[in-house]
Amino acid sequence: MRPVAVVGTGKTRFGVFPDRNLRSLAVEAGLKCLEDGHVKPSQLEAFFLGNFAGPSFVGQNHLAPYVSNALGIHDVPATRIEAACASSGSAFFHAVSAVSAGLYDVVMVAGVEKMTSQPTSRVTEILASAGDCDGEIRAGSTFPSLFAMIANRHMHDFGTRREHLAAVAVKNHANGALNPDAHLRKVITLEQALAGKPVADPLNLYDCSLISDGAAAVIVAAADRAGDFSGKPVRILGVAQASDYLALDQKADITTFPAVKAAAEKAYDMAGVEAGDIEFGELHDCFTIAEIIALEDLGFVPRGQGGPCSAAGYTARDGAKPINASGGLKSKGHPVGATGVAQICDVVQQIRGEAGERQLARHSLGLAQNLGGSGATCVVTILGEI
Amino acid sequence: MMGAVYTETVVYTAPPAFERDVPYQVAIVTLDSGERVTGRIEGVRVKIDDRVVLSETRDGVPFFRKSE
Repeated sequence: MRPVAVVGTGKTRFGVFPDRNLRSLAVEAGLKCLEDGHVKPSQLEAFFLGNFAGPSFVGQNHLAPYVSNALGIHDVPATRIEAACASSGSAFFHAVSAVSAGLYDVVMVAGVEKMTSQPTSRVTEILASAGDCDGEIRAGSTFPSLFAMIANRHMHDFGTRREHLAAVAVKNHANGALNPDAHLRKVITLEQALAGKPVADPLNLYDCSLISDGAAAVIVAAADRAGDFSGKPVRILGVAQASDYLALDQKADITTFPAVKAAAEKAYDMAGVEAGDIEFGELHDCFTIAEIIALEDLGFVPRGQGGPCSAAGYTARDGAKPINASGGLKSKGHPVGATGVAQICDVVQQIRGEAGERQLARHSLGLAQNLGGSGATCVVTILGEI
Repeated sequence: MMGAVYTETVVYTAPPAFERDVPYQVAIVTLDSGERVTGRIEGVRVKIDDRVVLSETRDGVPFFRKSE
Protein backbone atom coordinates (compact mmCIF):
# COMPACT_ATOMS: atom_id res chain seq x y z
CA MET A 1 0.00 0.00 0.00
CA ARG A 2 1.51 3.34 -1.00
CA PRO A 3 1.40 6.65 0.91
CA VAL A 4 -1.44 9.08 0.17
CA ALA A 5 -1.87 12.81 0.81
CA VAL A 6 -4.62 15.43 0.89
CA VAL A 7 -3.62 18.03 -1.73
CA GLY A 8 -6.64 20.33 -1.67
CA THR A 9 -9.65 21.24 0.48
CA GLY A 10 -12.79 23.34 0.00
CA LYS A 11 -15.92 24.01 2.04
CA THR A 12 -19.06 26.08 1.89
CA ARG A 13 -20.21 27.96 4.94
CA PHE A 14 -22.59 25.80 6.98
CA GLY A 15 -26.03 27.19 7.78
CA VAL A 16 -29.57 27.66 6.49
CA PHE A 17 -29.54 28.55 2.79
CA PRO A 18 -33.10 28.56 1.41
CA ASP A 19 -31.94 29.85 -1.99
CA ARG A 20 -29.32 27.14 -2.56
CA ASN A 21 -29.91 23.61 -3.85
CA LEU A 22 -27.84 20.53 -3.03
CA ARG A 23 -25.87 20.66 -6.27
CA SER A 24 -24.88 24.30 -5.96
CA LEU A 25 -23.50 23.68 -2.45
CA ALA A 26 -21.47 20.65 -3.58
CA VAL A 27 -20.20 22.50 -6.66
CA GLU A 28 -19.08 25.49 -4.56
CA ALA A 29 -17.07 23.21 -2.25
CA GLY A 30 -15.65 21.27 -5.21
CA LEU A 31 -14.55 24.40 -7.11
CA LYS A 32 -12.89 25.85 -3.99
CA CYS A 33 -11.11 22.52 -3.54
CA LEU A 34 -9.84 22.42 -7.15
CA GLU A 35 -8.58 25.97 -6.76
CA ASP A 36 -6.92 25.26 -3.41
CA GLY A 37 -5.14 22.17 -4.78
CA HIS A 38 -4.36 23.71 -8.19
CA VAL A 39 -5.97 20.66 -9.77
CA LYS A 40 -7.89 20.65 -13.06
CA PRO A 41 -11.13 18.63 -13.26
CA SER A 42 -9.59 16.63 -16.14
CA GLN A 43 -6.82 15.41 -13.81
CA LEU A 44 -9.30 13.64 -11.51
CA GLU A 45 -9.60 9.90 -12.09
CA ALA A 46 -12.62 9.25 -9.85
CA PHE A 47 -15.25 11.08 -7.81
CA PHE A 48 -16.71 9.86 -4.52
CA LEU A 49 -19.68 11.58 -2.88
CA GLY A 50 -20.82 11.13 0.70
CA ASN A 51 -24.52 11.87 1.14
CA PHE A 52 -26.95 10.50 3.69
CA ALA A 53 -30.45 11.26 2.51
CA GLY A 54 -30.60 13.47 -0.57
CA PRO A 55 -33.53 11.41 -1.93
CA SER A 56 -35.55 12.08 1.27
CA PHE A 57 -34.44 15.66 1.96
CA VAL A 58 -34.62 17.04 -1.60
CA GLY A 59 -36.04 14.24 -3.77
CA GLN A 60 -32.92 13.78 -5.90
CA ASN A 61 -31.23 10.47 -6.59
CA HIS A 62 -28.20 9.53 -8.72
CA LEU A 63 -26.30 12.20 -6.86
CA ALA A 64 -22.64 11.51 -7.67
CA PRO A 65 -22.73 12.21 -11.44
CA TYR A 66 -25.36 14.93 -10.75
CA VAL A 67 -22.61 16.79 -8.86
CA SER A 68 -19.43 15.67 -10.64
CA ASN A 69 -20.51 16.62 -14.14
CA ALA A 70 -21.53 20.07 -12.93
CA LEU A 71 -17.95 20.37 -11.65
CA GLY A 72 -16.56 19.55 -15.09
CA ILE A 73 -15.51 16.06 -14.03
CA HIS A 74 -16.61 13.84 -16.93
CA ASP A 75 -16.34 10.18 -17.95
CA VAL A 76 -14.70 8.88 -14.75
CA PRO A 77 -16.43 6.72 -12.11
CA ALA A 78 -18.70 8.84 -9.88
CA THR A 79 -20.07 6.98 -6.86
CA ARG A 80 -22.29 7.95 -3.92
CA ILE A 81 -21.64 6.34 -0.56
CA GLU A 82 -24.21 6.31 2.27
CA ALA A 83 -23.32 5.51 5.87
CA ALA A 84 -25.64 7.83 7.82
CA CYS A 85 -23.64 10.64 9.47
CA ALA A 86 -20.40 8.90 8.45
CA SER A 87 -21.29 8.99 4.73
CA SER A 88 -18.44 11.23 3.62
CA GLY A 89 -16.01 9.74 6.15
CA SER A 90 -16.73 6.43 4.49
CA ALA A 91 -16.40 7.97 1.00
CA PHE A 92 -13.00 9.33 2.12
CA PHE A 93 -11.95 5.91 3.44
CA HIS A 94 -12.85 4.22 0.14
CA ALA A 95 -11.17 6.92 -1.95
CA VAL A 96 -7.95 6.74 0.06
CA SER A 97 -8.01 2.94 -0.07
CA ALA A 98 -8.35 3.02 -3.87
CA VAL A 99 -5.47 5.48 -4.29
CA SER A 100 -3.36 3.59 -1.78
CA ALA A 101 -3.97 0.35 -3.67
CA GLY A 102 -2.78 1.99 -6.90
CA LEU A 103 -6.16 2.08 -8.65
CA TYR A 104 -6.00 5.87 -9.10
CA ASP A 105 -3.46 8.65 -8.53
CA VAL A 106 -5.78 11.64 -8.01
CA VAL A 107 -9.43 11.62 -6.86
CA MET A 108 -11.96 14.00 -5.34
CA VAL A 109 -14.11 13.15 -2.32
CA ALA A 110 -17.02 15.45 -1.54
CA GLY A 111 -19.79 15.39 1.03
CA VAL A 112 -23.06 17.29 0.95
CA GLU A 113 -26.43 17.54 2.68
CA LYS A 114 -29.30 19.94 2.14
CA MET A 115 -31.50 19.51 5.23
CA THR A 116 -33.28 22.75 5.98
CA SER A 117 -35.94 22.61 3.27
CA GLN A 118 -37.89 20.19 5.51
CA PRO A 119 -39.63 21.02 8.82
CA THR A 120 -37.89 19.79 12.00
CA SER A 121 -40.36 16.94 12.60
CA ARG A 122 -39.72 15.57 9.08
CA VAL A 123 -35.93 16.02 9.53
CA THR A 124 -36.24 14.05 12.80
CA GLU A 125 -38.05 11.28 10.90
CA ILE A 126 -35.46 11.16 8.08
CA LEU A 127 -32.56 11.06 10.56
CA ALA A 128 -34.32 8.28 12.50
CA SER A 129 -34.15 6.09 9.38
CA ALA A 130 -30.45 5.64 10.18
CA GLY A 131 -31.57 3.59 13.20
CA ASP A 132 -33.07 0.09 13.10
CA CYS A 133 -36.54 0.77 11.70
CA ASP A 134 -37.93 -2.64 12.73
CA GLY A 135 -37.37 -2.19 16.46
CA GLU A 136 -36.15 0.97 18.13
CA ILE A 137 -37.52 3.42 15.57
CA ARG A 138 -40.96 1.78 15.40
CA ALA A 139 -41.14 2.23 19.18
CA GLY A 140 -40.78 6.02 18.76
CA SER A 141 -37.02 6.47 19.17
CA THR A 142 -35.46 9.51 17.57
CA PHE A 143 -31.73 10.12 17.23
CA PRO A 144 -31.65 12.49 20.19
CA SER A 145 -33.53 9.85 22.21
CA LEU A 146 -31.01 7.11 21.33
CA PHE A 147 -28.16 9.31 22.53
CA ALA A 148 -30.26 10.36 25.54
CA MET A 149 -30.55 6.68 26.50
CA ILE A 150 -26.77 6.35 26.05
CA ALA A 151 -26.25 9.44 28.23
CA ASN A 152 -28.54 8.14 30.98
CA ARG A 153 -26.71 4.83 31.12
CA HIS A 154 -23.29 6.59 31.08
CA MET A 155 -24.48 8.78 33.97
CA HIS A 156 -25.71 5.69 35.83
CA ASP A 157 -22.50 3.66 35.30
CA PHE A 158 -19.85 6.36 35.70
CA GLY A 159 -21.43 9.27 37.57
CA THR A 160 -21.33 11.54 34.52
CA ARG A 161 -23.33 14.69 35.27
CA ARG A 162 -25.56 17.10 33.34
CA GLU A 163 -22.90 19.79 33.95
CA HIS A 164 -20.32 17.63 32.14
CA LEU A 165 -22.54 17.43 29.05
CA ALA A 166 -23.12 21.18 29.19
CA ALA A 167 -19.36 21.85 29.42
CA VAL A 168 -18.93 20.22 25.98
CA ALA A 169 -21.57 22.52 24.49
CA VAL A 170 -20.05 25.63 26.10
CA LYS A 171 -16.57 24.76 24.80
CA ASN A 172 -17.70 23.96 21.24
CA HIS A 173 -19.82 27.12 21.04
CA ALA A 174 -16.82 29.19 22.19
CA ASN A 175 -14.69 27.63 19.43
CA GLY A 176 -17.35 27.99 16.76
CA ALA A 177 -17.82 31.66 17.59
CA LEU A 178 -14.31 32.16 16.13
CA ASN A 179 -15.07 30.21 12.94
CA PRO A 180 -16.33 32.43 10.12
CA ASP A 181 -17.81 29.39 8.33
CA ALA A 182 -19.76 28.11 11.37
CA HIS A 183 -23.55 27.83 11.35
CA LEU A 184 -24.09 29.22 14.87
CA ARG A 185 -21.44 31.69 16.02
CA LYS A 186 -22.73 32.22 19.52
CA VAL A 187 -20.93 32.01 22.86
CA ILE A 188 -23.12 30.39 25.53
CA THR A 189 -22.79 30.15 29.32
CA LEU A 190 -23.01 27.00 31.42
CA GLU A 191 -26.34 28.27 32.81
CA GLN A 192 -27.75 28.68 29.29
CA ALA A 193 -26.50 25.25 28.28
CA LEU A 194 -28.23 23.70 31.28
CA ALA A 195 -31.51 25.50 30.67
CA GLY A 196 -32.12 24.64 27.00
CA LYS A 197 -35.49 23.41 25.78
CA PRO A 198 -35.78 19.65 26.50
CA VAL A 199 -35.45 17.39 23.43
CA ALA A 200 -35.05 13.90 24.93
CA ASP A 201 -34.27 13.75 28.63
CA PRO A 202 -31.46 14.40 29.75
CA LEU A 203 -30.53 16.11 26.44
CA ASN A 204 -31.74 19.61 25.65
CA LEU A 205 -31.37 21.75 22.56
CA TYR A 206 -27.80 22.73 23.53
CA ASP A 207 -26.73 19.09 23.64
CA CYS A 208 -27.77 18.55 20.01
CA SER A 209 -25.86 19.37 16.83
CA LEU A 210 -27.47 21.65 14.28
CA ILE A 211 -29.66 20.95 11.27
CA SER A 212 -27.59 22.54 8.50
CA ASP A 213 -27.02 22.86 4.78
CA GLY A 214 -23.45 22.59 3.54
CA ALA A 215 -20.78 20.80 1.56
CA ALA A 216 -17.09 19.99 1.78
CA ALA A 217 -14.54 18.47 -0.60
CA VAL A 218 -10.97 17.22 -0.57
CA ILE A 219 -8.59 15.98 -3.27
CA VAL A 220 -6.60 12.90 -2.37
CA ALA A 221 -3.47 11.94 -4.31
CA ALA A 222 -0.64 9.44 -4.25
CA ALA A 223 2.03 11.10 -2.08
CA ASP A 224 4.62 10.90 -4.87
CA ARG A 225 2.28 12.92 -7.11
CA ALA A 226 1.50 15.53 -4.44
CA GLY A 227 4.37 17.71 -5.67
CA ASP A 228 2.69 18.03 -9.10
CA PHE A 229 0.11 20.30 -7.50
CA SER A 230 0.96 23.55 -5.84
CA GLY A 231 -1.27 23.09 -2.79
CA LYS A 232 0.22 22.34 0.62
CA PRO A 233 -0.07 18.57 0.94
CA VAL A 234 -0.85 16.86 4.24
CA ARG A 235 -0.08 13.16 4.77
CA ILE A 236 -2.84 10.64 5.51
CA LEU A 237 -0.97 8.53 8.05
CA GLY A 238 -3.85 6.19 8.86
CA VAL A 239 -7.51 5.73 7.95
CA ALA A 240 -9.86 2.95 9.02
CA GLN A 241 -13.56 2.20 9.00
CA ALA A 242 -15.40 -0.23 11.28
CA SER A 243 -19.00 -1.31 11.86
CA ASP A 244 -21.43 -2.52 14.52
CA TYR A 245 -25.16 -3.21 15.04
CA LEU A 246 -27.58 -0.40 14.15
CA ALA A 247 -29.90 -1.08 17.10
CA LEU A 248 -28.79 -0.04 20.57
CA ASP A 249 -30.70 -2.97 22.09
CA GLN A 250 -28.38 -5.40 20.23
CA LYS A 251 -25.26 -4.01 21.91
CA ALA A 252 -23.87 -5.53 25.10
CA ASP A 253 -22.89 -2.11 26.48
CA ILE A 254 -24.18 1.17 25.06
CA THR A 255 -21.69 3.39 26.94
CA THR A 256 -18.93 2.52 24.47
CA PHE A 257 -18.80 2.23 20.69
CA PRO A 258 -16.91 -0.89 19.53
CA ALA A 259 -16.71 0.50 15.97
CA VAL A 260 -14.86 3.58 17.25
CA LYS A 261 -12.40 1.45 19.18
CA ALA A 262 -11.83 -0.90 16.23
CA ALA A 263 -11.34 1.92 13.70
CA ALA A 264 -9.04 3.81 16.08
CA GLU A 265 -6.92 0.77 16.79
CA LYS A 266 -6.39 0.14 13.07
CA ALA A 267 -5.71 3.80 12.28
CA TYR A 268 -3.19 4.13 15.13
CA ASP A 269 -1.51 0.96 13.94
CA MET A 270 -1.28 2.18 10.32
CA ALA A 271 0.11 5.53 11.45
CA GLY A 272 2.51 3.97 13.97
CA VAL A 273 1.28 6.30 16.71
CA GLU A 274 -0.57 5.99 20.02
CA ALA A 275 -3.52 7.94 21.36
CA GLY A 276 -1.17 9.99 23.53
CA ASP A 277 0.77 11.19 20.47
CA ILE A 278 -2.29 12.81 18.85
CA GLU A 279 -2.07 16.58 19.38
CA PHE A 280 -5.65 17.58 18.54
CA GLY A 281 -8.86 16.17 17.12
CA GLU A 282 -12.12 16.84 15.35
CA LEU A 283 -14.58 14.42 16.99
CA HIS A 284 -18.16 13.57 16.09
CA ASP A 285 -20.14 15.60 18.65
CA CYS A 286 -23.57 14.94 17.14
CA PHE A 287 -24.63 15.12 20.80
CA THR A 288 -22.54 16.25 23.76
CA ILE A 289 -22.46 12.72 25.19
CA ALA A 290 -21.00 11.47 21.88
CA GLU A 291 -17.90 13.67 22.31
CA ILE A 292 -17.48 12.44 25.90
CA ILE A 293 -17.63 8.77 24.85
CA ALA A 294 -15.39 9.37 21.81
CA LEU A 295 -12.69 10.75 24.12
CA GLU A 296 -12.84 7.47 26.02
CA ASP A 297 -13.08 5.12 23.02
CA LEU A 298 -10.18 6.83 21.23
CA GLY A 299 -8.05 6.32 24.34
CA PHE A 300 -7.61 10.05 25.03
CA VAL A 301 -8.98 9.68 28.59
CA PRO A 302 -9.70 6.66 30.83
CA ARG A 303 -13.12 4.96 30.60
CA GLY A 304 -15.77 6.95 32.43
CA GLN A 305 -13.60 10.06 32.70
CA GLY A 306 -14.81 11.83 29.53
CA GLY A 307 -17.25 14.00 31.47
CA PRO A 308 -14.97 15.25 34.27
CA CYS A 309 -12.08 15.77 31.81
CA SER A 310 -14.32 17.87 29.54
CA ALA A 311 -15.47 20.00 32.49
CA ALA A 312 -11.85 20.46 33.63
CA GLY A 313 -10.74 22.05 30.34
CA TYR A 314 -8.71 19.09 29.03
CA THR A 315 -10.29 19.50 25.57
CA ALA A 316 -10.29 23.33 25.39
CA ARG A 317 -8.19 25.12 22.75
CA ASP A 318 -5.52 25.74 25.39
CA GLY A 319 -6.01 22.33 27.03
CA ALA A 320 -3.84 19.21 26.84
CA LYS A 321 -5.88 17.74 23.95
CA PRO A 322 -7.86 20.38 22.06
CA ILE A 323 -11.04 18.87 20.58
CA ASN A 324 -13.27 20.48 17.97
CA ALA A 325 -11.41 23.77 17.61
CA SER A 326 -13.68 24.29 14.57
CA GLY A 327 -16.75 24.42 16.83
CA GLY A 328 -17.67 20.81 16.04
CA LEU A 329 -21.03 19.64 14.80
CA LYS A 330 -22.56 21.55 17.73
CA SER A 331 -21.62 25.02 16.53
CA LYS A 332 -20.00 24.65 13.10
CA GLY A 333 -23.09 22.71 12.02
CA HIS A 334 -23.92 19.17 10.90
CA PRO A 335 -25.02 18.85 7.28
CA VAL A 336 -24.93 15.10 7.80
CA GLY A 337 -23.34 13.91 4.54
CA ALA A 338 -20.76 16.72 4.52
CA THR A 339 -19.49 16.25 8.07
CA GLY A 340 -16.82 13.56 7.58
CA VAL A 341 -15.00 15.43 4.83
CA ALA A 342 -15.48 18.77 6.62
CA GLN A 343 -13.65 17.29 9.63
CA ILE A 344 -10.75 16.33 7.32
CA CYS A 345 -10.73 19.92 5.96
CA ASP A 346 -10.60 21.30 9.52
CA VAL A 347 -7.72 19.03 10.57
CA VAL A 348 -5.80 19.87 7.37
CA GLN A 349 -6.35 23.59 7.98
CA GLN A 350 -4.84 23.27 11.48
CA ILE A 351 -1.85 21.25 10.22
CA ARG A 352 -1.20 23.86 7.53
CA GLY A 353 -1.34 26.56 10.22
CA GLU A 354 -4.20 28.35 8.46
CA ALA A 355 -6.87 28.29 11.19
CA GLY A 356 -6.66 31.98 12.06
CA GLU A 357 -7.96 32.82 15.53
CA ARG A 358 -8.61 29.12 16.19
CA GLN A 359 -5.04 28.08 15.35
CA LEU A 360 -3.73 25.64 17.95
CA ALA A 361 -0.24 25.79 19.46
CA ARG A 362 0.52 22.13 18.64
CA HIS A 363 -0.82 21.20 15.22
CA SER A 364 1.42 18.68 13.46
CA LEU A 365 -0.57 15.48 14.19
CA GLY A 366 -4.39 15.49 14.18
CA LEU A 367 -7.24 12.98 14.22
CA ALA A 368 -10.75 13.03 12.75
CA GLN A 369 -13.48 10.71 14.07
CA ASN A 370 -16.72 10.43 12.08
CA LEU A 371 -19.60 8.40 13.55
CA GLY A 372 -22.62 7.03 11.68
CA GLY A 373 -25.94 6.51 13.42
CA SER A 374 -25.68 5.47 17.04
CA GLY A 375 -22.31 3.86 16.36
CA ALA A 376 -22.93 1.39 13.52
CA THR A 377 -20.23 2.99 11.35
CA CYS A 378 -17.08 4.80 12.40
CA VAL A 379 -14.21 6.21 10.36
CA VAL A 380 -11.02 7.38 12.06
CA THR A 381 -8.37 9.30 10.12
CA ILE A 382 -4.94 10.42 11.29
CA LEU A 383 -3.29 13.27 9.40
CA GLY A 384 0.17 14.73 9.77
CA GLU A 385 2.76 16.98 8.20
CA ILE A 386 4.48 15.63 5.08
CA MET B 1 -43.21 -11.08 30.59
CA MET B 2 -41.00 -9.23 33.07
CA GLY B 3 -37.72 -7.37 32.83
CA ALA B 4 -35.60 -4.54 34.15
CA VAL B 5 -35.01 -1.10 32.64
CA TYR B 6 -31.50 -0.97 31.09
CA THR B 7 -31.89 2.67 30.04
CA GLU B 8 -34.68 5.15 29.27
CA THR B 9 -35.54 8.60 28.02
CA VAL B 10 -38.54 10.89 27.72
CA VAL B 11 -39.00 12.19 24.17
CA TYR B 12 -40.17 15.80 23.69
CA THR B 13 -39.36 16.32 19.98
CA ALA B 14 -40.83 13.56 17.83
CA PRO B 15 -41.38 12.64 14.17
CA PRO B 16 -44.88 13.35 12.74
CA ALA B 17 -46.13 9.81 13.49
CA PHE B 18 -45.46 10.23 17.23
CA GLU B 19 -46.14 13.95 17.75
CA ARG B 20 -49.54 13.30 19.36
CA ASP B 21 -47.87 11.14 22.05
CA VAL B 22 -45.33 13.75 23.22
CA PRO B 23 -43.94 13.61 25.86
CA TYR B 24 -43.55 9.82 25.93
CA GLN B 25 -41.06 7.46 27.54
CA VAL B 26 -38.95 4.98 25.55
CA ALA B 27 -36.84 2.34 27.29
CA ILE B 28 -34.52 -0.53 26.51
CA VAL B 29 -35.63 -3.40 28.71
CA THR B 30 -33.54 -6.43 29.60
CA LEU B 31 -36.10 -9.23 29.74
CA ASP B 32 -35.68 -11.96 32.33
CA SER B 33 -34.77 -14.26 29.40
CA GLY B 34 -31.70 -12.05 28.86
CA GLU B 35 -32.94 -10.58 25.56
CA ARG B 36 -33.05 -6.79 25.20
CA VAL B 37 -35.91 -4.96 23.48
CA THR B 38 -36.78 -1.33 22.87
CA GLY B 39 -40.30 -0.44 23.88
CA ARG B 40 -42.60 2.22 25.29
CA ILE B 41 -43.46 2.83 28.92
CA GLU B 42 -47.08 3.42 29.94
CA GLY B 43 -48.20 4.89 33.25
CA VAL B 44 -45.69 6.20 35.77
CA ARG B 45 -42.17 7.09 34.60
CA VAL B 46 -39.52 4.48 35.23
CA LYS B 47 -35.78 4.77 35.86
CA ILE B 48 -32.80 2.48 35.27
CA ASP B 49 -33.06 -0.87 37.14
CA ASP B 50 -36.83 -0.51 37.76
CA ARG B 51 -38.75 -3.75 37.24
CA VAL B 52 -41.32 -3.59 34.43
CA VAL B 53 -43.96 -5.93 33.05
CA LEU B 54 -45.14 -6.25 29.44
CA SER B 55 -48.71 -4.95 29.26
CA GLU B 56 -49.33 -5.34 25.52
CA THR B 57 -47.76 -5.36 22.07
CA ARG B 58 -49.20 -2.88 19.54
CA ASP B 59 -48.03 -2.91 15.89
CA GLY B 60 -44.99 -4.90 16.93
CA VAL B 61 -44.04 -2.44 19.69
CA PRO B 62 -43.89 -3.78 23.26
CA PHE B 63 -45.52 -1.54 25.89
CA PHE B 64 -44.30 -1.98 29.48
CA ARG B 65 -45.48 -0.62 32.79
CA LYS B 66 -43.79 -0.40 36.15
CA SER B 67 -44.24 -3.55 38.16
CA GLU B 68 -45.55 -3.05 41.70
